[in-house]
Amino acid sequence: MGRVVLSPVQRVALARHARLRFDKLRDRWILLVPEKVMVPDAICVEILQLCDGARSIGDIVNTLSKKYVADPGIIEGDVLSILQSLADKSCLQIATAAEGAA
Amino acid sequence: MSADDFRIIAPEGAAPTAYGLPLAVLAELTHRCPLQCPYCSNPLELETSGAELTTEEWCRVMTELADLGVLQIHFSGGEPAVRKDLVALVRHATEVGLYSNLITSGVMLTKARLVELADAGLAHVQISFQGAEPGVADRVGGFRGGHAKKLEVARWARALDLPLTVNAVVHRQNLHQLPALIDLSVELGAARMEVAHVQYYGWALKNRQALMPTREQLDVATELVEAARARLRGVLEIDYVIPDYYARQPKQCMGGWGRQFFNISPSGKVLPCHAAETITGLRFDSVRDHPLEWIWHNSDAFNCYRGTGWMPEPCRSCDLREVDFGGCRCQAFALTGNAANADPACAKSARHRELFQLAEAESAATPEGFLYRNFSGGSRERR
Repeated sequence: MGRVVLSPVQRVALARHARLRFDKLRDRWILLVPEKVMVPDAICVEILQLCDGARSIGDIVNTLSKKYVADPGIIEGDVLSILQSLADKSCLQIATAAEGAA
Repeated sequence: MSADDFRIIAPEGAAPTAYGLPLAVLAELTHRCPLQCPYCSNPLELETSGAELTTEEWCRVMTELADLGVLQIHFSGGEPAVRKDLVALVRHATEVGLYSNLITSGVMLTKARLVELADAGLAHVQISFQGAEPGVADRVGGFRGGHAKKLEVARWARALDLPLTVNAVVHRQNLHQLPALIDLSVELGAARMEVAHVQYYGWALKNRQALMPTREQLDVATELVEAARARLRGVLEIDYVIPDYYARQPKQCMGGWGRQFFNISPSGKVLPCHAAETITGLRFDSVRDHPLEWIWHNSDAFNCYRGTGWMPEPCRSCDLREVDFGGCRCQAFALTGNAANADPACAKSARHRELFQLAEAESAATPEGFLYRNFSGGSRERR
């Protein structure tokens, strides 16, 4: 099995074992993965919430660049970098656009 | 996003010496285990099955853990699968919102039980490997057929889409198999691997002469891990724990004593780390006597080495005192007789040079057979 390099056509969702939740006691979002607790910032939480397995990464970039009236090129770089780091930790389910059309 | 190996998640601006809400707990369900690894992290005086917490007690404790802010539970042992109620315990952890990791030798799991564990919400499985092939692995574990069984269980876990960590404790007698262990992890579909050099407390301290790597072995292992990390980026993450007898700076043990982590022994004793009982004179509180929240804030065993106020020199005036917190208390106690002393792994410790020389000398010695871990004080390997 090789490394998966993400591209905008892919649709992603958090893997079953990567659990994003709001921690009331600490008053912040946390992402639970095997033997680690990650602390996503606000932008990262927003990206992860859009990773529903239906939207492509390109769709997520469009949504965010409209919302923040920002350069899609810059947003795409940020989104891909955050999601790639999660993919590298096997925390994402990844499908290409064609596979997931069903 | 910051990835954290259970570093403290404190409010912004909080002092580095502060302790907050505990993030993770190691639940040692039992000290019973079919394996007899000579570096077992359990205490020399093992707790018997009659002393173990009941299912109801563990469930109450897990509810208290979740209420206290604990996010992850590591079901460990001994061998946690010895407990007949393991599935029920995992299910309760899921119900109260705890993320569950199973830290297992694998040898007692069946496919059907693994399915039940996955259905109960188990998030992750970590399987220990004592070597890359049965010859070394079954000898180190003192359990014939163990290695083959582990391979089978690892494959079942992946077939169920459970994420897998391969845990490889390495030492002088299996380090030559590190490349094969890394290949094995990839072949099994593990996303994580822990390459952990033996840490010398308890059973491992008794077997130090048989286990201590040579300096050359350590350097080769470190290079191998670095190269594998680069080659396997996005395929296998490798966590690496070095043997600190050869280090210059001590490790930040448990992320700082009593700051974010604790251990519950089979009988319910709450320990700041799994080796804390090696420090004689500390008094531990039990979940049978107090609520966990009370213990976290009030137990003497936690408060005595929290923060930096307890430190003598050279730690007291050291710039790194809030980075490494003086290293490992258990190691300081084992090697200097006083747990408050600087960990001799630190170059600033008066004992540092001696430690380094001791490691070199022991690594060159012809080892006795292993002293295998068991309930009768250990058995010497017959060779």
